[in-house]
Amino acid sequence: MNTSPHLLDEALGLMPGISNGGALSQGCIVLIEDSVETSGAFILHYIVKRALSLDSSGIVLFLALAHPFSHYERILRKLGCNLSVHREQKRFHLFDILQLEFPCESKKDSVEQGLVELYSKIQSAVEVISSRDHSRAHISILIDDLSILEIAAHGSMDHVLNFLHYCVTLTSEQNCSLVILNHEDIYPDIEGRRLLSHLVYLADFIIKAEPLATGIAADVHGQLTVLKKGTSNNGHYSADKASNFHFQVKEHGVDLFFPGSRC
Amino acid sequence: MAESICKSLRDGALEGEHSPALTIKDSLESLAGAHAFNYFLRSLAANVSTGKSQARGLVLVAFNQSPSSYLSLLNGKGLDASVLRKFLRILDCYSDPLGWKENILQSGGHDKPTLKESDNVCRDVKDVSKLLSLILELGKGFAGEGKTYFAVAIDSISTMLRYASLQLVAGFISNIRSQGQVSCMIWLLHTDLHEARSAAVLEYVSSIVASLEPMVQTTEGKRGSENLFCLGRNSQNGRFHVRLKRRNGRVKLLNEEFHMDQDGISFTALSSENVVVSQTRLPKLQFNLLLSEKERDDRARVVLPFEHQGMTLKPWLKIEHRLLTKNSSSSGSRGGESQHKKTCLDDRPHLAEVHFIRELSVCSWDSHRSDI
Repeated sequence: MNTSPHLLDEALGLMPGISNGGALSQGCIVLIEDSVETSGAFILHYIVKRALSLDSSGIVLFLALAHPFSHYERILRKLGCNLSVHREQKRFHLFDILQLEFPCESKKDSVEQGLVELYSKIQSAVEVISSRDHSRAHISILIDDLSILEIAAHGSMDHVLNFLHYCVTLTSEQNCSLVILNHEDIYPDIEGRRLLSHLVYLADFIIKAEPLATGIAADVHGQLTVLKKGTSNNGHYSADKASNFHFQVKEHGVDLFFPGSRC
Repeated sequence: MAESICKSLRDGALEGEHSPALTIKDSLESLAGAHAFNYFLRSLAANVSTGKSQARGLVLVAFNQSPSSYLSLLNGKGLDASVLRKFLRILDCYSDPLGWKENILQSGGHDKPTLKESDNVCRDVKDVSKLLSLILELGKGFAGEGKTYFAVAIDSISTMLRYASLQLVAGFISNIRSQGQVSCMIWLLHTDLHEARSAAVLEYVSSIVASLEPMVQTTEGKRGSENLFCLGRNSQNGRFHVRLKRRNGRVKLLNEEFHMDQDGISFTALSSENVVVSQTRLPKLQFNLLLSEKERDDRARVVLPFEHQGMTLKPWLKIEHRLLTKNSSSSGSRGGESQHKKTCLDDRPHLAEVHFIRELSVCSWDSHRSDI
């Protein structure tokens, strides 16, 4: 059994025994930043797998903007998670919005209206799940990926941030957690990079997947940095915590290890 | 210094003067702004609840966090819920700032609103004038004898700037400050979310500007994992830089350190160690940018060619060539020049001078050779 993903579990607080099992803590917002050289999609897949694990009562709402269901099903099957079964059991809900396209901006409120409708679907799904018998199920909302939503919104950062804000309200009102995947190397100017700054301010966890500083290696595919921001809870503050790992993406999982710990 | 800010907010506005306004600034290099805002909010709330402040009520405009999170924040610091109900009003600009939830309800044909009207929800934050009237309405609701002052806290002016233009927001702040019943204002600004002029405008309308800065600046322009580590470290402690504008126009600059501990943020005097550290710490490089003492001495001893001597070094080249004299009307006859030279030499047998005037500098050579 591959024990190395426990490093990511520990960094994200997904340790078994803590309430919600493998799901993220309630109300938390996770930002995953990756680049062309190093994809961070494997982190999304891992979070889905942990949220749907047997020791968890988690439910996943997945906004699939980048790939169809079959893509995620194939990958998660190799990780030992059957998405079709979970879909039938209503534990995995996929919003297939591959073809998401809002009407042309010539109509003033068209993009906003489109995003309102998308948010409405998410809110309805959350309310239905919360009202069911197992209303204590922890809901994780995952977005793959935000840059495509920005394209669909005709590059409007404000509309995307408004949509994200409403998703964030679900984290406090319905105790959901929110996971966002975005690419940090696609913004050429300062204005574009402001969206990244907004996301950093929003997030409780920031996970950065990037190539090794020393270049390409056969057995190490990149490095992962996880920053857990300090939180204030009932007047008590817990400090920021940063972790750095190297990783190797394999066919049936991912190996995570501390830098230099592999001979 | 943080205490002096709390005191200034507690004392409030003088008759006929604008109320004091505190801008708390932070950036991605030092993410402790929200903690500092909570610190001053708690202090203000404590003073209002005990009647020590000029303000008898506090209106909190919540953009970034839910009203319940602020209630639990203040509850956790010893302020009872019943006490909070008396002096605290929260204008909820977080739950449904653009009315999306309202629209969804109405289009779905639901009768029951998700948010009660008594929750003081603002559903159109882009309408700044409506926001202003809601704040003033909440402020006037505080009971008290005579003129009742109230304080205003905005948890994120950066979020407000997303919804409304800089001009509208600046006008909004000025309007609130000029209200006779507003005792003081505080707001939080994330500087790297806006252009520099937005921060400058908001600083201009503030009487106190408090910046949270890292002890050591992170590498600019690079958003690598190293910066993510620095981000985490810089949020634990850093510099707290305050600019206080007095009524007489004098500006006082103060520096402290801030630390994050179990109880939240705390402020202490700047330690001498950190002054030295912030002045001398250099980025980790494999080469030395500074010169050693020996290298500096060697550099000072290098003799430069005459073009680079400058006016401070003793000139070693001084040649003076006089074309015209008082006695000679010749404008360059050689005979005259030779005679002139000879005359010069006769007068000063040990000196031959040629002055070159080249560009704006004058190079001259002083020689004691008599064979010239």
